[in-house]
Amino acid sequence: MKRVYPDKEYCIGCHLCELACITAHSKSKDVIIAYREERGQTGLSPCKRVFEKGDTCVAVSCRHCDDPSCVAACISGALHKDPETGRTVYEREKCVGCWSCLMACPYGAIRRHPMENKIVKCDLCEGREGGPACVAACPNQALKFEERD
Amino acid sequence: MKYVIIGNGIASIGAIEGIRKVDTESPILVIGSEDAPAYGRPLISYLLAGKITPDRLSLRPLEFYEKSRVGLKLGTTVASIDTSAKSVTTDKGEVIGYENLLIATGGIPFTPPIPGADGPDVYNFTNLAHAQTLIAKAGEIKRAVVIGGGLIGLKAGESLFDRGVDVTILELSPRILSLAFDENAATLAGARLDEVGLNVRCGVSAKEIQRDKEGALKGVHLTDGDFLQCDVVVIAIGVVPNYTLAKDAGIAVDRGIQVDDHMRASADGVYAAGDVAQARDLLFGEDRVIPIWTNAYNQGFCAGKNMAGKDVPFTGSLSMNSISFYGLPTISVGTVNPPEGDKSYEIAASLDAKKKSYRKLVFHNDRLVGYVLVGDIEMAGMYTAFVKFQMAVPEEAKKQILAGAPDVLMWPDDFFKETWNPGVVEQD
Repeated sequence: MKRVYPDKEYCIGCHLCELACITAHSKSKDVIIAYREERGQTGLSPCKRVFEKGDTCVAVSCRHCDDPSCVAACISGALHKDPETGRTVYEREKCVGCWSCLMACPYGAIRRHPMENKIVKCDLCEGREGGPACVAACPNQALKFEERD
Repeated sequence: MKYVIIGNGIASIGAIEGIRKVDTESPILVIGSEDAPAYGRPLISYLLAGKITPDRLSLRPLEFYEKSRVGLKLGTTVASIDTSAKSVTTDKGEVIGYENLLIATGGIPFTPPIPGADGPDVYNFTNLAHAQTLIAKAGEIKRAVVIGGGLIGLKAGESLFDRGVDVTILELSPRILSLAFDENAATLAGARLDEVGLNVRCGVSAKEIQRDKEGALKGVHLTDGDFLQCDVVVIAIGVVPNYTLAKDAGIAVDRGIQVDDHMRASADGVYAAGDVAQARDLLFGEDRVIPIWTNAYNQGFCAGKNMAGKDVPFTGSLSMNSISFYGLPTISVGTVNPPEGDKSYEIAASLDAKKKSYRKLVFHNDRLVGYVLVGDIEMAGMYTAFVKFQMAVPEEAKKQILAGAPDVLMWPDDFFKETWNPGVVEQD
């Protein structure tokens, strides 16, 4: 399957991937409204985490692992592996906010929703034409959406 | 039958998904004693609390079993296993042959001998039926006593309290959550429960359950001489591996069903996984029963792959718990209470009681082997990485971890690349 691969040799830590991510997951699909309004009103937040150390940075998100720890840890059935697409699918309605996945995922790819007892996790921009918004927004091709299996 | 699974909990789900990774065709039969498709057992506290409706209990979509070609025999208990004939006999007298058998019978509630415990209105809280009974009765219950201040007891108490019941939790040890958490975390969790209005009493337990002449429950006599009037008692001391079936079949049992590093039990073609199995511990290498959700799934998943003919060693169980008390999240992973006086362990703890925030990191030699977080749990997974992958923590990285900011850039470079950006050849 195609996954998002971050390259720390190219990442410049600009956080544009985060902006693209919240825009893609916003109601308005408008970067300004997403950032200035929806973020505060609905707790809209990015599925990515940007880490920095000196000059090195990297933007990571859910790896859609073959054997995901989050699925093993999920007590509510909200996380499961789609055998057809290979995606690690999150069903928000089923989630009870127990944070087991957040604890179990050793990639730090799951975050708490700032307002609700729900998690925020990359869905590879499911249904978005052109694939994940973060990849499209990256100004230095530090994020690649590729098939590498 | 190519695959027979006894038990229909999370280990069973793991096994089905493990088998189907390798063998998408051969039929699987799941025999479950409860009369429901696999549900999230911890969700029964959410159900009792009224936070979720029954339709949210199932762990997988309805079509999961059909799509995975799994036959379900629910409401059916396996009465015996014949390891030489390779067959199981159900309580209905049906004999089913197997090529590969997984025993995933889980745990059964441990009930200490308390005088008066036999009779109406004394419950456990480990399955859906218990929860449904308590829900049906909740309207008539004014006061409840929960015996046991571990995860199950506290969750049972919390959900009864949410139903408007006056709840007292009794814990024999000096503090609640003595297994999974340390003193500071337990204190914070206890304070939160107290703040909300639950009564938590430590260092005391039930001496006798008082009944009237008709056998109706009156209350509980405590070991300190006190008497608590109540309408129901919930006994939540813990669970013990449900291995009688295996033992009777001559399968090797210690504290749980003994399995090797491929989840194989002592009889040919028989595997065990989950709360019933005694499997390798990731951190210490010895075999233990760690009745933890994630382990059950992982063990089932590993057993499933091996049952289907793959050669997959079990990476080892890692103890981990995540549980919230009225919005106060707590997480505990790995070794959090190292042996006292053992100088090879180093503990770094920071407590902010006012902010209800706590972080404890346990190092053994140069590795992080466990941690506790209360309040701010956002970075939990990044700590888990260090425990799970057993990565060395150099001094510089240690400072950063101690500051509460572990990240992936601290990982060894090779491991980082293999994880995040595999298959890329760097140009010089």
